[in-house]
Order: sequence, then structure tokens, then C-alpha cells
Amino acid sequence: MVCISGKLYFHWFWEDFDGGVHFMQGKLILSDGTVFLGQSFGAEGRESSGLSSTSGEVVFNTGMVGYPESLTDPSYFGQILVLTYPLVGNYGVPDPEFWESKKIQVKGLIVQNYIDHPSHFESQKNLDVWLKEEGIPALQGIDTRQLTTKLREHGVMLGRIEIQNVSHSETAFGRAKFKIQNYDPNAGNVLPQVSTDQVEVFGSGKKNIVLVDCGVKMNIIRSLVRRGVKITKVPWDFNPLNSKLDFDGVSVSPGPGDPKQAKATIQTTRQLLKTDIPIFGICLGSQILALAAGGNTYKLKFGHRGQNQPVQDMQNKKAIITSQNHGFAVDMKSLSNDWQEWFVNLNDGTNEGIRHKTKPFLAVQFHPEASPGPFDASFLFDEFLDLL
Amino acid sequence: MKKVLVLGSGALKIGEAGEFDYSGSQALKALKEEGIESVLINPNIATIQTSQSLAQKIYFLPVMPYFVEHVIKKEKVDGIFLGFGGQTALNCGLSLDRLGIFKKYKVKVLGTPVKSIEITEDRKLFAEALGQIGVKVPKGGFAKTVSEALKIAEKLGYPLLIRSGFSLGGLGSGVINNKEELIKMVSVSLKHAPQIAVEEYLKHWKEVEYEVVRDNQGNKITVCNMENMDPLGIHTGESIVVAPSQTLNNYQYHFLRRLSLQVIEHLGVVGECNIQFALNPKNNDYRVIEVNARLSRSSALASKATGYPLAYIAAKIGLGFNLAELRNSVTGSTSAFFEPALDYIVVKLPRWDLQKFVGAKQMIGSEMKSVGEVMAIGRSFPESLQKAVRMLETGQDGLLSNQIDDTKLLPTTERLFVIAQRFSKGDQLENIYQETGIDPWFLSQIEEIVEFEQKLKNFQLIAEAKRLGFSDKLLAKKLNTTEDKIRQFRKKHGIIPRVKHIDTLAAEYPAKTNYLYLTYHGEESEESKESAVKKAIVLGSGPYRIGSSVEFDWCCVTAAQTLKAKGLQTIIINCNPETVSTDYDIADKMYFEELSFERVSDIYDLEQTACLVLGFGGQIPNNLALPLYQAGYNILGTSPESIDKAEDRNKFSEILDKLGIEQPPWQSFKAVSEAASFSKKIGYPVLIRPSYVLSGSLMNVAYCGKELKKYLQQAGDYSKHPVVVSKFIEGAKEIEIDGVGQKGKLIIYALSEHIENAGVHSGDATMVLPPQRLYLETIRRVKLATKKIIKHLNISGPFNIQFLAKDNKILVIELNLRASRSFPFVSKVTGKNFVNLATRVLLGEEIKQTFKTLDLDYVGVKAPQFSFHRIKGADPRLRVEMSSTGEVACFGDDLPEAYLKALLATGFKMPKRSVFLSIGGAKNKLDMLIPAKKLLRLGLKIYATDHTHKFLKESGIRNTRVYKISEAKHPSILDFLKKGEIDLAINIPEKGSIRGETDGYIIRRNCVDLGVPLITNLQAAETLVSALTPKRLKDLKVKSWDEYISC
Repeated sequence: MVCISGKLYFHWFWEDFDGGVHFMQGKLILSDGTVFLGQSFGAEGRESSGLSSTSGEVVFNTGMVGYPESLTDPSYFGQILVLTYPLVGNYGVPDPEFWESKKIQVKGLIVQNYIDHPSHFESQKNLDVWLKEEGIPALQGIDTRQLTTKLREHGVMLGRIEIQNVSHSETAFGRAKFKIQNYDPNAGNVLPQVSTDQVEVFGSGKKNIVLVDCGVKMNIIRSLVRRGVKITKVPWDFNPLNSKLDFDGVSVSPGPGDPKQAKATIQTTRQLLKTDIPIFGICLGSQILALAAGGNTYKLKFGHRGQNQPVQDMQNKKAIITSQNHGFAVDMKSLSNDWQEWFVNLNDGTNEGIRHKTKPFLAVQFHPEASPGPFDASFLFDEFLDLL
Repeated sequence: MKKVLVLGSGALKIGEAGEFDYSGSQALKALKEEGIESVLINPNIATIQTSQSLAQKIYFLPVMPYFVEHVIKKEKVDGIFLGFGGQTALNCGLSLDRLGIFKKYKVKVLGTPVKSIEITEDRKLFAEALGQIGVKVPKGGFAKTVSEALKIAEKLGYPLLIRSGFSLGGLGSGVINNKEELIKMVSVSLKHAPQIAVEEYLKHWKEVEYEVVRDNQGNKITVCNMENMDPLGIHTGESIVVAPSQTLNNYQYHFLRRLSLQVIEHLGVVGECNIQFALNPKNNDYRVIEVNARLSRSSALASKATGYPLAYIAAKIGLGFNLAELRNSVTGSTSAFFEPALDYIVVKLPRWDLQKFVGAKQMIGSEMKSVGEVMAIGRSFPESLQKAVRMLETGQDGLLSNQIDDTKLLPTTERLFVIAQRFSKGDQLENIYQETGIDPWFLSQIEEIVEFEQKLKNFQLIAEAKRLGFSDKLLAKKLNTTEDKIRQFRKKHGIIPRVKHIDTLAAEYPAKTNYLYLTYHGEESEESKESAVKKAIVLGSGPYRIGSSVEFDWCCVTAAQTLKAKGLQTIIINCNPETVSTDYDIADKMYFEELSFERVSDIYDLEQTACLVLGFGGQIPNNLALPLYQAGYNILGTSPESIDKAEDRNKFSEILDKLGIEQPPWQSFKAVSEAASFSKKIGYPVLIRPSYVLSGSLMNVAYCGKELKKYLQQAGDYSKHPVVVSKFIEGAKEIEIDGVGQKGKLIIYALSEHIENAGVHSGDATMVLPPQRLYLETIRRVKLATKKIIKHLNISGPFNIQFLAKDNKILVIELNLRASRSFPFVSKVTGKNFVNLATRVLLGEEIKQTFKTLDLDYVGVKAPQFSFHRIKGADPRLRVEMSSTGEVACFGDDLPEAYLKALLATGFKMPKRSVFLSIGGAKNKLDMLIPAKKLLRLGLKIYATDHTHKFLKESGIRNTRVYKISEAKHPSILDFLKKGEIDLAINIPEKGSIRGETDGYIIRRNCVDLGVPLITNLQAAETLVSALTPKRLKDLKVKSWDEYISC
């Protein structure tokens, strides 16, 4: 399917737009052949070849704020992010100290309208400039609602962004004639690409927590350090039990990809579960904990990505709004009786957290560190630290 | 819980409008679903909540402790909702609680406990409560006297903000720059409230609001946040508001969200509340400005902006439900415990009608003056903003070419257009920011629209123009062509708007409702499943404004419900977030859209085979009738050609002549001299009516040539738009007939008489049904003339005709071939639903019943509600131009009973000790003699000024003279008013309208500012005194609606 009407819009836009930003044409091609036409911003590729492209898993996030946080969230590694809120760029880009990692992690960005006149006291640069600096292509003028509906109905798909740095030609927008080999972040283990390669220490305190970095967000570290503990961040395949580290607890971080690919981390966690050391899994960490405990995970049709996901504590029935970003989920039925369902998603009933009935092992599928999103679940860090 | 009482908000007034019909209706719906019997007290007869289908028992009674207590006693209710009827219901509830009524009758207050409400309503308690949890409120203090206020001011330094607790819409609040201003404002504020707050003025801080819901378990969500484009200092009801916030980053959004949850947890809110923040744009400093522990205008807006039914959910929580067990009614499949994700941007613009008030200033500030609002939905700010500008129906097609004075960027009703004009002249964004404090984000978007409009010179730009929200009409003007040509061009090139759902979850889950908007930012239309059923599109009434408000929403909703019941698929188009018609479950499809020819055509194109229903949304759809008819659309009911004949004065006049029906002599003019000689010929006074009303040009009565000249000059450029001058008949009674015709035959009618003689706009007049003082002969003549007219125009559908009657002679002054403002009133008083009948007629159903509407065993009185206290400087006297903002209607066994109830329902207080009389003109004085005697007999002391004093004294009526202000002696009337010595002021101005700071004006204005009941019309004064003579409060019966109409 080609969105014909979009071509007309774009055609004129190209010829007549003489405002500040000069847009190039671009398209998003989904693995089912659907083509969305838009205008490029962000990285536009090499002048010589005239073509720049990127590919990955196309996912949508329904948050209305927080694009700098999302773009730098390593869990989005290998993904092309579609933001459903139609205006993006409003408050520019803040200083790196506010980012969730050191760089933009997404492979590409898709928005309805890019705003090139940001206004915020913390803004250092425009989103377009940042994307260019980091070499990340982006498209605007795409019917993101149509695209989201498509992903919802079909399930997430692989896709690619192509930027055409030549004059527009009809053929460039024809139906994608052949299957392009798109990058699939779930096909292999991506953790080496997002994890740290050395042991790093943050903060100070009597208690030391080993944080297994599968693509950790900075706000997990900030949240824990603020609570007066020492954090020792270790690579994804680091086994603290085989090290000289003296530690009181372990947290397995969020991260990208299919949890089953994180074999070394699952192995380490399995060993940890034999001890009585408190473990706190977050997002991917929760899935890894479930797999290590002998359970199973599965891929959700289109995942949960947003800041408005309702979860309920199955014990006290209290409900909280959470920030989420995951494409896989824990199959509660696959876990042994030693585990209880801790949180459940109130929208679709999927598992949002597990807890060992007797030992200090807990995990949540959502993000207590927020950033972006609500802070309602931040008490979970306290709950974890109370176990130490 | 078996039986629950819901308190309504009474008449629409500035600061308390249609949003409470929406919230009350939702509460009643929730009760119905749970099988709980509901009792409603609301004298606002034009509301949807006072329809048979929603509440089991309805009392058209004043929302005041006396009546509420009696209803509680009579109905034996177990629970009461205080949060769905605005500040009126809340204040009444607080009084009842203080009087121990709830305890006495064992009534449970559902939802937020009274103790929590009291904290939010008292600024001092509020500041203390928030202080306990370390949440910041503005620095300042509380004062009960002027000297206390001065003391605080000295400590804080100027400028300062004055805020008054226990008020709606920020009455008696404002920024003050020095000691003199402080003294002036505080002395007024303290008349209305026991204490005021004197606070730091947070200049140019952002104003952000959150709508928060908390259940019985303490689960909490924020449903929506909203950002005011205008910085702090402009009341949120006066501000341009966007949802969600646009300039807040993730940290700020969620920081304020977390504070919201913290605050309502601490206050113990159960249900819904609104919290307002000030946010420093240069750092993340903040203040909590206020919390409204009830449904509010903002919550209605948030409900419509997100699709989250706040009032309904709040009611369910009040009944003991918790969020996690309730469903999201838009998706039907997901939880009600969630926070809506918007994938569009909403812009709300206030609608003001300040030009309707003599002496009103255009400045806006921390007090509310707007009478309505519109909400536009789009996928870019320019798209939504430009839609909203057109939705206001103030004649603006875009941001530019309004020819306004752009010298000052002060906050006025027109500042948006001043900013646009400044940009068009090359002013710098930074300058405008410095002067207005409006965030540069908004300013740059406005600049973008302006720059684009300026370069809009060829057809190639149309696609981009549409995305920026430009109308075909404006494009046609810019490109020197016709609207139709633009439309054809667009359609040929596929530049058409797409349909999108408001689904609460940004397409994450499918919506089962059809809550829709159109956008040019999209490729795909979300088509709903086509059914073979016949479709009807009902056009709504647009923004509430003076002359058009909730009554037309009742008409539209009733029409849609009737169509639905008759098996049609119904579609409503409307753009007013305060309405019930924009609920997504009233019609099968709801388009939250413009009521313009262009947009209606777009929707008509999308909906194919639909027919249009134009007769229930008031004047906006009526004006579209002819163009839509000419475009070949299928319109139900009376032919638009007939509508044109009724609207066009010349054509209508010819018809009346042909039918032998009299009308006051009239002519239209383009030159003053001609108008003057015509006026001389027919004799003064004459009524002047400009044919083109944009702003400022108004109707007036001229009593002499000098006045005529003055008014004609005010009417503006009448060479293009002629002015109509007609004979003004003094001392005539005004009669209205509302009815339904079928193929020219009269099916049902209701005849109402006005209490005030002609000269008071029908919207400001007090109506009595059935008429109590008309000759049978007059009634017969009116009926006869009506039958002739509807036969001649072959009317099929609703109509309204206004007559003058004098000396057994009747004259027609106006015909409306649509449902009129009084349709809900006549329907509910007679117990026959005129709109239901009219709709069935539109569908071709033959109505064979006969209806009894004249011989009723009770009387209904509809009284106007004025909001003069909101409009600084406005002269509150009644005129030919309408100035009331709402209305109430009450029932009684006779006229005095119904009249007194209706007056009380508008906030009138019965005089206990004293009355002040100031009667202009010899005839008025003479007419006031008998009423004055009656007042004395009631044991009331009479005060009067100079001439009135002398006249009464000479006629043997005991009274005390007080000095006029111009006499500069004491004690003056002002002294008495200020001391609270006067319970009621009757000020009848002499005929003619001499403006300016006259004694009469100063008296009237002070009455309004000091909250003293004021009557300015002789017939109203007579009726009031006659009613007071036999009736006391205890004589006013507490009878429900069905007790009246079933007899």
C-alpha cells in the first residue's frame, strides 16, 4: 500500500517551502511493504550517495513528553521509534546530564510534526541538530496514528527509513518491490552493544548493589544513589559470584531485545537465585529473572510503550500508573509455585511483576525509575533496599 | 444507598455555565446505571439534566438551603452529591452541613468529605494544609479588613495579587500596583467574601492545571494536564488553554503531576478535583495556586479533550466504586484506571460578549468575564488554533485583517489578534514575549501562521495552508477566488481532511465509540462501519454566548435522541466543551468540529446519504440553511427558502402585508437624513437595528433626533450594511408563541407573555406560561395570525413568533423558523416535548394528537439571570439589547408563587427591613404609588432620593430621604448601600438612555457591586410587590415537576 495522498502534500512542500528548515523527502517502508512518505529531519546521509537509510523494529510510544529520555533509553536499541504525540521537539534537547545514556539509542525516529522552534530554559539545541550530530535519521509528516493503528493490528514489524537526497522521482515512491533485509534487534544478542565493558562505581554507602547493565537507564543509578547506596555497575555477562566483589544485592537492569538471547545474564541470575542475596529485576531484568527461575517469556503483539500503563498489586489491590517500554512479557503460568504474580496490567491482564514467595527476589516489568514517565512506582526502590 | 439527591448549579452565569449540565447529567447517568433513585434540584429548565429521562424526580427550585432541606425531608434521600453543581451547589452544601441538616436527616455526603472541601475553599486552611506536606503556595497573607491587607502589602511590596475565597471565577480578584488600588479592590472584595488573600504576584509564570481523580482506596490518576497560553494573572476561564501542556518537559510534567497526587492524597479528595500550579519559566520553581474539590469548567474541558468521562467516574467513585474495577468507556476493553494519551492537540478559546454591555471594559485579568468557550482539536497548534478562532463565531476568519488597534499588547479579549498583527508588521518575537509573557513556543507558532498568510499567493500552497488551519473562505479571499472554487480544487487534488478518533489511548487500543475530529495532518480516514440505516446530522449551537446557550443544547440533544429512537443513525457536529451534546454517547457519531459551511460540507461528503437537521441549534445552523440548500444538500423540515423569507426583512414584510397582519412601520436606511425624516414621520421613539453586527454595533431605542444620530454613528459603516429603523411602541405587551407546524398546519403551540413591556429584549424578559393577564381576544388574534403565517410559509418543524399587543391590537415583530430559546421552557411547563414532536414532523410522521397547553392548573415563570457583577462598569439596566447570561424557571400554583421562586433562584434575596426607591419620570412615579403603599404595609422602611421622596411624601407615603451622589451630602444612598442598610433597590430610569456617570448609573452599579438586589423595570417591580404581598417563604410549595404536570 502506498499513501498516495501524502505524495501530493509532499510534492508541494518540497517545491514551495522556503522557511527555515529545508526538508528532504524520505520514506518508511514496513516489512509488509507498506510505504509511508514524509520529510526528513535529523541525519540525512552522505551527499555523494544521496541515500541514507536505517532499519530496525518499528515500535510506537504513547507518552506525551520525554523524547530526550526515550531516545537515549538503551531499551530502544535497534528500534525505529514512532511517537504518537503529534508535536515533537517543543522543548529542545537538554544537557547530557539529563539523558538516560550517553547517546541516542534508537535507529530512527518517526513523528507527525517536528517543531524546530523549541522553548525551554534547559534546551541546548534543537532536536534536528542533535539527531544530525548523532547520525540518526528521522521523518516527519507521517500519519503516525495510521502507522500506530497498523502496528497495533498487525503487531510490531521491521522497517526501514530511506532518505532520498535527490530530486523527487515517482519511482522512488513505488511499492517496495523486493524484500529488504531489515535489521532485527531480536534476532541476536544485542546486549554487548548497549552494556558497559568495565566495572564502574557510583555513589557511596554502606550497602553495595551490583547493577547488571543490560542497557541500564541513568535514572536507575540516580534513583538508587539518591537513596544512599553504592552502585557497582557491571557488564551484562559479569558474574559477581565469581568476582571478589563484596555486595549486598543485585539489580538486573532493563535492556533491549529478546530476553532469551541474554544467555550469560540468565546463567548468572540462575546462580544468584540459589543464594539469599536480594535481587531486583527491572523490565528485561524481570524477564531474565523469570527465565532463570525456569519460566518462559513470550513476545507481545505490539508491546507496552508509554507512560500511562495501569498495573495493580495483586496482594493489596492498589493500582499505580507506570512508565513502560517492553515488547516481551513473562508467562506467569510457566513459573513454579515458589513465585507469585506481583503486578498485573489492568488493560490486558499481562504480567507486570513477579515475586518469590519466601526469598528476597522481586522483579517488575515496568520502570520505577520513570524518566520518562510517572514516579508512582519509585517506592519499589525503597522496598528493594529494605530487603538488604 | 437507595435514593440520592443531586444539586444542580442553577442558571448559567459568568463563571458557572453549561459545564455543570454536563457534569450533573453524568452523575445522574451513573446513578441510573446502579439502579439508585435520583432526585435533582435545579431551577435551570433549559438543561438536559432536567429532562424526564435522567432523574426520577426533578425540583425546579432555587438551590438554597431552605428548599434543599425541604426536599431532603420530603424525599427521604440517603445520600447527596455536592460536587456536580458548581460553586452554587458546593456553597449550598457547606451551609447545609453547618446547619446540621445532613446529620439531622441522616444524609451521607457522597464523594469528597465536607471537611476536605472546606480546606480547599478557605485559603488560610488551604495554605496550612499544604504547608504540612511541604508543598509551596504563594507567599502572602489573609486579611479580613483593609488595614490588615495593607499590613501584608507593606511586608511583600507591590505589585500584588488579591484573591478572594468562596467565589467562582475569581470574583473580586486582581493585580494591584499600589496602595490606592489595594484599598479600592479590597473594600469591594470584602463585601463578597469574609476574607481575601494578599499574595506575591508571580509575573509571567506559567499556569498549568491538572485534573486529578482519587478513589476510596487512595488510587490516583491525573486525567489531563492543561497549559494556559496566557501566563499567570489571567483567569483560566479567560485564557487560551492547550491540552496537553506544550512547553513542559518530562521532568516538569511529572513533577507537577506527582505534586498533584500528593496534594489530593493529603486533602483526602474522593472523586475528582482540579489543581492549578504556577511554574517559573526560568527554573523549576512552583506554587500551588488552588484546588477545586468538585467538577469544574476545567474538568468539563478535560473530559472533552481526552474522552475520559470525569464526572461519570467521579459519581461512580462517590457511590463506592474504585478505579481499578471500572472500565474505560471509550475502549470498553481497558481499565478506567489509566491516564489518557492524546495524539492530537486541543486549543480552548474563551468567548466574550463584552460589547453587549454598556460601559464594559475590554481588559481581561484574574476575574472571569467570558460567557462561553470553544474547543478545537487538531494535530498541530496552528491547525487547532485557527479552527478555534473560527468556532468562536465572532466573524473572524483568521488571525489577521481584523483592523484592530495593535498599539498595546495588554491582556484584552483581542490580544491574540494584536499579537498576530504585530508579527505581520515585523515586530520581534522577543519584544512580544517581554510584554506579554506568553511562552515563545506559542509566539513562534503564531508567527508561523502570520508569515504563511502573508506569502499565501498561489494555489500550490493550499495543501500546506490547510495543514496550518486556514479556511477555504480565507484562501478564497487571499487567492481572489470563491470558496467553492477552492473546495473544488481541493477535492480534485485529494486535499481533504481525514477523520480521526479521540480514543483516550493514542490508538493503542481500538475505540468502540465514535468521538471524532477532522485533520489535515493525516493520510488515512478512520471510517466507521457503514450501516444501511438512514443517517441524520444534527448541527449543534456552537459556543455559549449571550442569546444562545444551554437551551439549544437541550434542543439538539432531544432531537438527536428522538432521531435515534426512530431508528436513524445520528451524527452531531458541535464544538462547545460545556455541552452534553458533545458527549460521545448521545449520538452514534460526534464530530467535535466547526459549524461552518466548509466543515459541514466535509462531513456531509464523508457521510454521504445523510440528511441535515438545522432547526435546533439556534442561529448558527439557521444561517447555514440557505448556503447548504443551494449546495444541494438534503435538509429536513421547513424549506430553507422559507427560512430566508422569514430572515429577510423585506420579504417577510411583504408576506405580512399580503396576509393582512400588522407590523410596526419600518424602513432600512443608508443615510442619516433619510432615517431622520422617516423617524419624524412615524414619530419617536424608534428602534434602531444594524443589519450587520460584528462587535459594538447594537440595537437601541432613540427618543429624539439627537439620539438617533448618535446611535446611527455607533452602528458604523451603514452604507454597506443598512440600518433598520422601526417604530418603537411604548407600553405594549410582548407575547411569544412557540410551536410546531406540519406542512403548514399548526400542531402544537405555547403562548407566553412577558412581564416587562416591550423594550426589554425577549431574552432578558420574564416569561409567564400560560399567560395570566391577556385578553382572550388577544390570544385568539395571535393564534389566528400564527396559523396564517405557518400556512403561507408551509412550515414543517419548529417556529417562534414574537408579537406586540396594545389596545387589543397585535403586531408581529419577529419570526424564527427554528426552535427558539424558550422551547425547553414551554416543553417542560406544558409537559409536551415540542422538540420531540418537531423532530418527528421532520421525519414525516403525521401527528394527529391535540395538545392542551393554554388551560393549565399551574403557572411557569422563566426569569433571566444576569452576571453584571462580573462585568466591571457595565450599566445593569434592561434594554433592547440582551445582556442576561442565563435563565431559570420555576412552577407555582399561581403567578406570585412561581415568580418569587424564580427570582430567588436567580439569587434574589427577599427584603426584610428596607427598600430604596428611585423612580424616574412622572408616569413611572404615579405607577409606583400602589406598590409603594404595599411595601409600607409589608413593614418595610422606604428610602428615596429627592424627587421620588417628595412625590411619595405628597401622596402620603412615609419615606426617608437619602441624598444622591451628585448632591454631595451625607448620608447618601451610597452610604446606606455600603452599610448594608438597603435590602432591595428599585431604580426605574427615565425613558431614553442618557449614558455616563449619572446618579442612576452609580446607584445601579453600586447595587451590583455590593450584591444588593436591584429591579430596574416598572412592570417587574409591580409584579414583585404584588407577589410579596400574599407570599412568604413558607408559602412557596416544595412540589416536584411531575406533581405539577401530571395534574
